[in-house]
Amino acid sequence: SLLFSDEGPADTAVLTRDQGLSYYRCMQTIRRMELKADQLYKQKIIRGFCHLYDGQEACAAGIEAGIERTDHVITAYRAHAFTYTRGVSVREILAELTGRQGGVAKGKGGSMHMYAPHFYGGNGIVGAQVPLGAGIALACQYQGNGQICVALYGDGAANQGQLFETYNMAALWKLPCVFVCENNRYGMGTSVERAAASTDYYKRGDFIPGLRVDGMDVLCVREATKFAADHCRSGKGPILMELQTYRYHGHSMSDPGVSYRTREEVQEVRSKNDPISLLKERMLSNNMASAEELKEIDGEIRKEVDDAAQFATSDPEPPLDDLCKYIYHNSPPVQVRGTNPWAKLQSVSSS
Amino acid sequence: MASLRCFLRSGKNAMAALQRSGFHSSAPAAVQMMVRDALNQAMDEELERDERVFLLGEEVAQYDGAYKVSRGLWKKYGDQRIIDTPISEMGFTGIAVGAAFAGLRPICEFMTFNFSMQAIDQVINSAAKTCYMSAGFQAVPIVFRGPNGSSAGVAAQHSQCFAAWYAHCPGLKVVSPWNSEDAKGLLKAAIRDDNPVVFMENELMYGVPFEMSEEALSKDFVLPIGKAKIERPGNHVTLVSHSRCVGHCLDAAAVLAKEGIECEVINLRSIRPMDTDAIEASVMKTNHLVTVEGGWPQFGVGAEICAKIMEGPAFNYLDAPVTRVTGVDIPMPYAKILEDNSVPQIKDIIFSIKKTLNV
Repeated sequence: SLLFSDEGPADTAVLTRDQGLSYYRCMQTIRRMELKADQLYKQKIIRGFCHLYDGQEACAAGIEAGIERTDHVITAYRAHAFTYTRGVSVREILAELTGRQGGVAKGKGGSMHMYAPHFYGGNGIVGAQVPLGAGIALACQYQGNGQICVALYGDGAANQGQLFETYNMAALWKLPCVFVCENNRYGMGTSVERAAASTDYYKRGDFIPGLRVDGMDVLCVREATKFAADHCRSGKGPILMELQTYRYHGHSMSDPGVSYRTREEVQEVRSKNDPISLLKERMLSNNMASAEELKEIDGEIRKEVDDAAQFATSDPEPPLDDLCKYIYHNSPPVQVRGTNPWAKLQSVSSS
Repeated sequence: MASLRCFLRSGKNAMAALQRSGFHSSAPAAVQMMVRDALNQAMDEELERDERVFLLGEEVAQYDGAYKVSRGLWKKYGDQRIIDTPISEMGFTGIAVGAAFAGLRPICEFMTFNFSMQAIDQVINSAAKTCYMSAGFQAVPIVFRGPNGSSAGVAAQHSQCFAAWYAHCPGLKVVSPWNSEDAKGLLKAAIRDDNPVVFMENELMYGVPFEMSEEALSKDFVLPIGKAKIERPGNHVTLVSHSRCVGHCLDAAAVLAKEGIECEVINLRSIRPMDTDAIEASVMKTNHLVTVEGGWPQFGVGAEICAKIMEGPAFNYLDAPVTRVTGVDIPMPYAKILEDNSVPQIKDIIFSIKKTLNV
C-alpha cells in the first residue's frame, strides 16, 4: 500500500484463531447468502434490483473487524454484506429481498434500502452516499463522541462530482470520515481504464492522504481500516482507502457479466485470489483450524442460510395497511390520496 | 352529476348586500418586526433551545447571511453551530442530510432555491424518501430554507418558484410563510419537526415589517404545519394564496370592498400538507374560488387546488369554474416593465375576481 503521509499501516498483522474463525464465518455467510439470493432471483422470488457482493467479502468483513460497533458505515447499493456485518440477520436480509413483512425494512425498501443502528444503507443514487457519510462524520465530530464514519463507494462513483465537493469539505473541516473506494475494476460494464483519466483511486482525494489496499485479503483490509480509523479518531481529518477487489457476478442480476470482461478473467480471480480461500489456506497452513472444523462451519452456515431462505419465501407480504405507513416520523396522521379520488388512505407516522 | 348552478354566471351573490365584514379589533400593537428579523429570532431561539440544531450554508456565518437573515448568529453561537460552506450545494446538502441521519438537526440554507436544483437529489432521494424506505427506522429531521420565487431584476435563472416541484413529493413538508408571524411560527415548527421541511421564504418580503403580537414574540410560539389562516373573512369569493401574493390579495380585497365585493383571503402557509378543508369550507360559503401564486401556471399550486376542489364536496358549491392567477408562463425577463408584467399584479387579481363573479 502506498501513502501520502509518513506512516502507514503495519506490514505485519496478528491473527488469532478466534479472529480467523470469525472472519471465515463472516465471509462464508456473506458468500452463501449472496448465492442464495442469486438462486431466489432466478426463481423470480426476488425481483427488481439485486447487486451481489460475492468476491468482495474481505472488504466488508475486514472493515467491520477494523472499526468499532459504535462507528458508522454507509455504502451504495451493493449493500447486503454490510447490512449483515452491521448486525442484521441473514433471514431479515433475505426476507427484505423477497419483499416480506419480516424483512429488515418491512418490505418497504428492498435490496438497496436496508438500515440498522449506525448503518445508513444501502443507497440507490451513485455517489450520493458519500456526502451523506461526511455528514455522519460531522455529527460525530459535533457530538464529540470519538466515533468515525466509513463511507464506501465504487470505482464508478469515484468520478461523481459530489465526491470532490465532499473531499474538500471533509478536509477543510477535518471530518472523521474514512472514504473507501471498493475498486472492483468495473463500473457496471465500463472498465476503470475506460472511465477514469486516473485509475489511482487512492490518489483521487488529492489533499486527502490515500492508501491502496489488497481488498481480497481480509487482514490487509482490517489493518488498513484500523490505521485509517485511528487517523480520523486522532483528529487528523479524513483519509481515503482504495480496496482492490473483484465481483464474480455481473453488475446486477440482469448482467451476465461477460460482455465486458472474459470468463477467463473471472476464473483466474476465483482460483488464485478468492478471499475465503486465501483465509482458509492461511489458517490451515498455520494449523489454526482443521479442514473438518471449517467444513462444519460451512455446514452450519448452509443451514442458517437455508432456514433464512425458507423464512423469506414463506413469510407473508406486508399488509396493504402498510402502504401509507411511515411517510413521516412523529407526525399527526395525514390523509393520503390513493389511485382515485375515493381512495382516501391514512398515513400513520413512525415514532 | 354537476349542479346546474355551476354553469350559471349569475353573479347575484357578488352584488347581494352591502355587508361589510367587521374588522375584529386586534390586540394592542406590540412590536413591528420585519420578516428577516422574525426568521432570525426563530433560529436564535431554536439554536438556544436545542444544541443539536445548527445552520449551514453559503455566507451564513461571517457574512451574516447573504440577505442578513442569520445576522448575529455566528457571533453568538460560533463556528461549530453556524457553518460557512464552500459553493458546493450537492456536497453540503448531502452532508446536512447525513448529519440529520446521525442525530443532529440541521438547518440547510440555499442562498436561493434556484441553487437547490444542484442538490435536489439529496433533498428528494436522501431526505424525503428515507423514513418511508426504512419503514420508519431512519428519521430525517432537517430544514431546507431560503428565498424562493421572483425577486426584483435578478432575471430568469434566479427567479423560479419551486413550490410545485417540492410539494409534488411525498415525504417532504413544504411551507411558504407570508408575514412575520408566519415566518417565526412556521420556522420554529419546521425546526422542531422530525421530518424534512422545505421552508420557502421570499426575498422581497424580508424587509417588510408586520405587527407581532405578544404571543408571537414568545419563545414557544409555534404555528402548526398544514393549517391555513383566514387573513380576511368574506362572503363573495375565496382567494387562496401563499407567500408574497397573500399581500396582493389583501390589497385587491381592500379595493374591491369599496365596490361591495367581500373577498375571503386564505393564506395557505403550508403547501404540503395543504389545508384542503379550509379551502373547501370557504368555497362552500362563497361559491367562488380564485387562486393566486407567483409561480408558473402549468402543474402549479393553483392547478393542484383546482384538482382538489373538483374531487371534493366543494365542487357542487361552485357557481363558476375556479380561476388561477399565476406568473406568466415564461422565463423571467429582466427589463422592469417586462418583469412587472410577468407576475400577478393587483389589477390582475381584481380583474380575475370580477370575471369569476361575472361582474
